[in-house]
Amino acid sequence: MTRPGPAAVPGAVSVEAPRRAWRVTRVWPAVAFGIAVLLLWELVVVIGRVPAFLLPAPSAIAGQIGAQFDVIVPTAAVTGGNALAGLAAGFVLGMVLAVLAASSRVFGELVTPVVLAASAVPIVALAPVFTTMFGSTTEIPRRLVVAVVVTVPVFVATARGLRQVQPVHAELMTALAATPWQRARFVRLPGAVPHVMTGLRLAAPAAVIAAIVAEYFGGLQNGLGSRISAAAANTAYARAWAFVAASIALGLLFHLAGLLVERLVTRGRTA
Amino acid sequence: MTEAGAVELTGVHKRFGDVHALDGIDLEVGGGEFVSLIGPSGCGKSTLLRIVADLEQPTDGEVLVGGKPPRRARLDQDYGIAFQQAGLLEWRTVAENVELPLHVHGIGRAERRARATELLELVGLAEFAGSRPSELSGGMQQRVAIARALAPSPKLLLMDEPFGALDEMTRERMQAELLRIARETGAGVLFVTHSIPEAVVLSDRVVVMSPRPGRITEIVDGCRLGRGMAAGGAGGAGGVGKDSAGEAAELGPADVEDVRESGTFFAAITAVREALRKGHE
Amino acid sequence: MAGRTRALLTAVAAFVLLVAVWELVKLVVPDEGVLLGDTRVLPRTDDAAMPHVWTVLARLAEPEVAGAAAGRTVGAAVASGALFTLGLAMGGLLLGGVLGVLLALAMQRSGLLERAALPYVVASQTVPLIAIAPLVAGWGGRIAILGWSWQPWASVMVISSYLAFFPIAVGMLRGLTSPARADVELFTALAAGWWTTLLRLRLPASVPHLVPAVRLAAAAAVVGAIVAEISTGTRGGIGRLIIEYAQSATGDPSRMYTAILGAAVLGLVAAGAVGLLDVVLRRYRGSVS
Repeated sequence: MTRPGPAAVPGAVSVEAPRRAWRVTRVWPAVAFGIAVLLLWELVVVIGRVPAFLLPAPSAIAGQIGAQFDVIVPTAAVTGGNALAGLAAGFVLGMVLAVLAASSRVFGELVTPVVLAASAVPIVALAPVFTTMFGSTTEIPRRLVVAVVVTVPVFVATARGLRQVQPVHAELMTALAATPWQRARFVRLPGAVPHVMTGLRLAAPAAVIAAIVAEYFGGLQNGLGSRISAAAANTAYARAWAFVAASIALGLLFHLAGLLVERLVTRGRTA
Repeated sequence: MTEAGAVELTGVHKRFGDVHALDGIDLEVGGGEFVSLIGPSGCGKSTLLRIVADLEQPTDGEVLVGGKPPRRARLDQDYGIAFQQAGLLEWRTVAENVELPLHVHGIGRAERRARATELLELVGLAEFAGSRPSELSGGMQQRVAIARALAPSPKLLLMDEPFGALDEMTRERMQAELLRIARETGAGVLFVTHSIPEAVVLSDRVVVMSPRPGRITEIVDGCRLGRGMAAGGAGGAGGVGKDSAGEAAELGPADVEDVRESGTFFAAITAVREALRKGHE
Repeated sequence: MAGRTRALLTAVAAFVLLVAVWELVKLVVPDEGVLLGDTRVLPRTDDAAMPHVWTVLARLAEPEVAGAAAGRTVGAAVASGALFTLGLAMGGLLLGGVLGVLLALAMQRSGLLERAALPYVVASQTVPLIAIAPLVAGWGGRIAILGWSWQPWASVMVISSYLAFFPIAVGMLRGLTSPARADVELFTALAAGWWTTLLRLRLPASVPHLVPAVRLAAAAAVVGAIVAEISTGTRGGIGRLIIEYAQSATGDPSRMYTAILGAAVLGLVAAGAVGLLDVVLRRYRGSVS
């Protein structure tokens, strides 16, 4: 129930310019901090002769990123593809379950404890199960792990959104003599959209994490997680870190994509 | 338009468990009449309005809205309602919010659009038709909510402290606006408020209520601005006006300003204050 | 109270239904699953892939190694593995939690530090930090701190703690900065120092933000510990047990399921422990508007 002030009226655009300048002063400490940490890291490793197995120098990692670039990109594409497929499936599943749970009390009471339990349980441990069930030569087991991981936050967020109808909107729909379906169509479903989008934003990076971790449990050896393990096992630590850097980039990519989709869909809303 | 009572309440009681919210309310609101309900918190004024709107069921007594039971009136969209919160749907544009009641009742797109344009014109927000509610100030949002309430061309407007959250200056402007709109549409208004000047300046009659149990203590004549009296200035609050809306002279904000400084205004305020104090003892 | 009983009953019913669905799938879907072209769209359902629920439960009571009558039962092995992992995860949660709270306090004190470090702390939550697990594993037996040689389980705890660290740092900072401006100004007007404001206002106000953060951190710590055990090859924990049992799954499929069941129970126990914390701190629950 945020009530925007009169400043929100069109014509108040001039606020933008000072805000941008203020942003720069806001950003430089973070940038400086990042550069300082990298420099310090490099110095400590080089001067202190830190063994590579403990921590390779950033320059060595950067060198490996350059050298392995042709391997990194397809490897990241495999993991990213698994994460994306699982994310899509889990997003749809979580949303459908939440809508069903909101429309049927019994179904809601049955599915909610299962999903809540799933949020506490290490779902990645299901990876070997899916591998035995679907075979170790396909990507399906990992995608399933990702899908189950993603379902949880999407379900929780969507269910919350569907529950939170503003009382004034509920009254309005009663006064308008709206049918239950009209209430869902005009108020409940559109009102839940920002929550669904929040769920998607939270789930997107989680999908990447799940896709990588699922690779540690065996199966195909073509993704980022497998490459990190393999490189570490071969004492090629700088190479392993190069793949870690790729994982981080992939995670950030999913995070930013999720953020972008959320912004686009909820444009013009106050909530 | 028949001049038969827009609202008829006979012996209405409402209990919430042990709390006696309304006790034997008899009230009639004429067609096109502007009636305010005023009283301290807990006097049941909002409950009374909600009973008329069929958002609440009376424990006892008879309620007729335009000669029909409230449920029928709600299903037929015989009234429009505005709450203290504008309650606009933020994912719809301003025009789409005004269209909402028509949209719910399956009116075609072109007709909806035309009506919304007309109503936004009426509340002076035509240029904001494509804006999002979040781009509007509180007062503007409330005007959109009033336009939305008027969308099905109701004979009765129910308003539950619609200006309660606005600052005093905006509030006075909105009151002048509402008087003009009520006059142009000819709709009857049942208006809940806890501001004495607001009730007096807006109303033909001010219904003063007292709490525990909620009762009507007194009915005081208001300024009767809505019914064609303004042209004659602030002096004549004698209650001539039951003219049809079309004949009413233009009512500008300046006329309402004049009334706020008139003796009648202060006399009515004193009367309402005394009635309120009486109810409190 | 009636609502609570109902919730409990439906929760039990839900899990019974889940078991029923499992058995139904096993019954209806053909043993080799359903293939669409080359991709299997429905799982294999023979006893090797989807054993009966009762077979799994019965396996808990049988000896770990078939034929060795004197050996411990699978149930005991799973329980001790889960306990071991729980210990490491809770140790990691504690370590990460303390560090996270300290960082949050430092960020609350220093605006510059907050602006410098917070973006990284927030970004770290969206980044697969757990990918580093196989690298930390390399520390085992190769470094010594003050004469104490690094043990594999310490790697597990470190990984577990850094996964717990970030959500707690973020949640704690959000909580510390959550009091309304008017409340902070009241304390300023009362000439209360930073410590008094912290103790009487900021800490109580941070509870509603901290509890969900700890819940998140506990789940992350458990996942971290299990994954770390797998990638470090640490023996004795449930993660290692899952991999060990999975490798022999063709001959003894139900054993793998017992280990996964153990991991699930472990997660629920950790969540329950956080729930206890929630109960203890209940009086501060509503202190944030």
